[in-house]
This record gives sequence, C-alpha cells and structure tokens, in this order.
Amino acid sequence: MDLRYLRRRVTNVFNLGMAVLTTLLGLFWLFWILYTTARYGYHSLGLRLFTQDTPPPGAPGGLRNAFVGSLIMIGVGIVVGTPIGVLAGTYLAEFAGRKRIGEIVRFFNDILLSAPSIVLGLFVYSVVVTTMGNFSGLAGGLALAIVLLPVVVRTTDEMLRLVPSTMREAAMALGSPYWRVVLQVTYRAARSGILTGVLLGVARISGETAPLLFTALNDQFWSTNLARPMANVPVTIFQFAMSPYSGWQHLAWAGALVATLAVLGLSIFSRFLIRQRNN
Amino acid sequence: MSGTASPEPKISVRNLNFHYGKFHALKDINLDIATREVTAFIGPSGCGKSTLLRVFNRMYALYPNQVATGEVLLDKQNILDRRQDLHRLRSRVGMVFQKPTPFPMTIYENIAFGVRLHEHMGKGAMDDRVEAALRQAALWDEVKDKLRQSGMRLSGGQQQRLCIARAIAVKPEVLLLDEPASALDPISTLKIEELIYELRQNYTIVIVTHNMQQAARVSDYTAFMYLGEMVEFGDTNAIFTNPSQKQTEDYITGRYG
Repeated sequence: MDLRYLRRRVTNVFNLGMAVLTTLLGLFWLFWILYTTARYGYHSLGLRLFTQDTPPPGAPGGLRNAFVGSLIMIGVGIVVGTPIGVLAGTYLAEFAGRKRIGEIVRFFNDILLSAPSIVLGLFVYSVVVTTMGNFSGLAGGLALAIVLLPVVVRTTDEMLRLVPSTMREAAMALGSPYWRVVLQVTYRAARSGILTGVLLGVARISGETAPLLFTALNDQFWSTNLARPMANVPVTIFQFAMSPYSGWQHLAWAGALVATLAVLGLSIFSRFLIRQRNN
Repeated sequence: MSGTASPEPKISVRNLNFHYGKFHALKDINLDIATREVTAFIGPSGCGKSTLLRVFNRMYALYPNQVATGEVLLDKQNILDRRQDLHRLRSRVGMVFQKPTPFPMTIYENIAFGVRLHEHMGKGAMDDRVEAALRQAALWDEVKDKLRQSGMRLSGGQQQRLCIARAIAVKPEVLLLDEPASALDPISTLKIEELIYELRQNYTIVIVTHNMQQAARVSDYTAFMYLGEMVEFGDTNAIFTNPSQKQTEDYITGRYG
C-alpha cells in the first residue's frame, strides 16, 4: 500500500516539475525577445523619436510620421471594424442562437479569423488600391478593419453568450421587448468583456505588417492624407531593419520597443478591465 | 382533479396541455387560482410545476419548440390567444425566478427599468415608486443609503428581495414565484416567506416549491402534481392533513419524491 502512495507522490512531483519547466521555457523566449528589443531600442529612445520624421540614411531623425500614420490607420480600423463586428456578434449571440444560419456565419467568421493577414492585404489591394489607382492610408485602415472584424465578432458573440439566459428571461418577464433586453441588460452585462475583446483586437492589428504592405505602403515624409500612401510603424521597422544603415537599424529597434510597450500597455489595461468586471 | 376556490378565480386553467417538442409535459390540467390568495404547486422534480407556472406569463413563448394548448383565462380572457400582447400580459403577471437575477445596474435602476417599460413618469414619481417597491419587499431599510450601488453587490437574500421589489414595482395583479427561496439560507428564506404573507393582501400569488413545509406555511391552496398531471388540488390544510389521493399522501409523508 505504501508503495502506491509513494508512486503517486513521485508522479506528482515529476508532472509538476515538467509543467513548471515548460512554463519557464515559454517565458524564457518571451523575456529574451523583450530584453533584446529593450537593449537595442533603448539607444534611440528619446524625445526626438516622437518629434522628428523618418530621416534619410545617415541623418538624425525619429519615427513621428510612422507613429501618427499607424495611429490614424488603427483608428480607421477601429471605426470601421468595431461597429460592424459588435452588431454581427450581437446577431449571432442574441438572434441566431443555435440556428443553422448562426453556425454557418460563425464558421465563416472563424475562417476569416485564421486567414493569413497577407491574403486580406491582397484582397484590399485588388479592391481598393487598384480602384483608387494608388496606395493609401484609407486602404491600410480598411485592411486593418478586416483583420479586426472577426476578432470583435467572436468576442462579442462569446461574451454575450456568457450572459446567463435567466437574466434575459428576468427582463422579458417584466414585459420588456427583446431589443431593450439586449441594449439595456445583456450589453451592460457583457460590456467590459466586449471592450476587452476590442482592445486585444487593436493590440493585434497594431503589429500587422502584411496587410499594410499592399495597401498603405509607406511614406518617408509627414502626411495625414488618407488618400495618399501613409507611413506606419510595422513597415518602417521592416524597411529600416533590412537596411545597411546603422541609424535606420537603431530606429527600427526603437520603433519595435515602443510598439511592444504599447501592446503590452493595452493588454494590461484590458486585464484591468476584466478584473473590474469580476468585482 | 379540479378545484373550485373563491367565487371569482383570477386564473382559470382549462384542459391545458403542454409539449416540449414531442415530450408531453402537462396533461389536461384544470384548476382555478383564487384572487388574492397564495396557491402553491408541489411535486417531485420534473412533475411540470414550473412548466405550469411559466404558462401563466407565457414565458415559454421565448422558445419555439414549446407549445401550450387549451385555455388559460386571466380575468376571463384567454392569454393563450394569439392576439394576446405578451408585454402587456407580463406587466400584469410578474415573475420571480429561482436564482436571484439582479441586472448589472444600480439598485435604483434595477427597479426603474421595469417601470419605464410601461409608464412614463417624472423623477419624483419614480423615486416614490422605487421606495414603495423596496418597502413592500422589506428591503428599503437595508439599501436606502446605497441606491446608486450595483444591485449585484447585495447578498443573495437581498438580491432576491430586489427581484421581488422589481416585479411589484410594475404593479402586477399576479405574482409568480418559481422556487424563490431554494437558493437562499434559512434566515433569508424566512424573510421571503414573511414577505409572501404580506404581499397576499394585494396580489394573487402562485408559488412553486419543492419544500413541503414551505407550501404548508405560506399557501392557502396547494396543488400536488406528478408526471405532468394534477393529482390533487384543494385547501392547503386539507391536502396536508387529509389528502384524498394515495400519491399525495405518499409524497407529503416523504415516501418518494
């Protein structure tokens, strides 16, 4: 008998040890990435990074135009992608339920969710860029919206379905029409969850490079014109890091560091929201 | 079995049958619910007592595969009629569920939400209505200083009384209680039972309970159901002291269920 319990203890220690080791392995790479980004990006970090535009090779400069361009296009992505995504997710959770049409829409949304973003970039290229005749910030924003859309649809759907049906029944039992139940009760219950989903989606699109390559392209100069090519952080990082000029390479690292920190900040903020909801 | 209660029943059920898809959940139910009295439905799990309750405000209509046939007369009007407006019906027949379901909003808004669905009133009138409802639900003294706090932060028993306050703020005529105390501790249960005793002066109350002592304590009439049939219905004292059916006696003496 004692042997059996000894074996259980040994098995427990072994499995726990393996679990801890694999966790540490995962964290190891993450921290290595963070460390490298911080180490190389640190040099060019400074006020100039945010006040000056991308320089020609050899000259000092910053990434102001790229940051602003990225923010504008992410903004377009949010403005276009979020309302459509929230409404579609609402349809799925509140109206389609377990109906066949709901399952079909969910299935296609999952395909869109896992579609390589370069394909989405190509799509926007063929639809928007070729129609407009040139690369543009608008096309970039639309490409980001399409990347964001399935994330928002899915979180909205899932968060609304987490709201217990008893709460809907209770509101219906007071004589409420269904649209008011959705607007005033289930949205409130799922509010922070949906917002968290949107934030995580934003974190994802702020690092997307592939959909911007074919759409916004890039711009070395200051421009806020949505009809023209627009500077952005990911493509600038790509170009500068591939260049032979050390000034550009340092800027690429700094851009990577700032982008990483921004995404980290967004993730922490959404965690904070989740905790708020649980209280 | 059918029972006749006070001269003018609030609700009369006539030949009611209910199906969940193919499952025949209620079989030829006939009964009268007395005005401003408490009627309790008892019976083992799955006997159809909650199903019957959910017919009275047509809650089942939310689900497409649930069908009721027959007649349910509320003040002589058949509420199963296609022309029955469900929102109007539910403003007249309120419901409180087994699990407390406060909405994710303030205590005040929890109550005002239902009132605004049916009436337009100014802030002062709404304040009065909220206070009156909370007083009737014996919750006012505990929450009067935190009306702007989330209703979800109350204790389970307080949440359930909030749900009762929310239901009566709409000024219904009938109150349906679906095992309202089964998720609560004994002290909260006692409070709910005292509340039911108070509320029967103004409302017709129908309560589903699996707690027979509770039925005996709070109700004037008791219906015993088994496997979708109404086995026995009558005065609560008679049912508990001198049941006419063997099944009823077996159930209340604890031989099964």
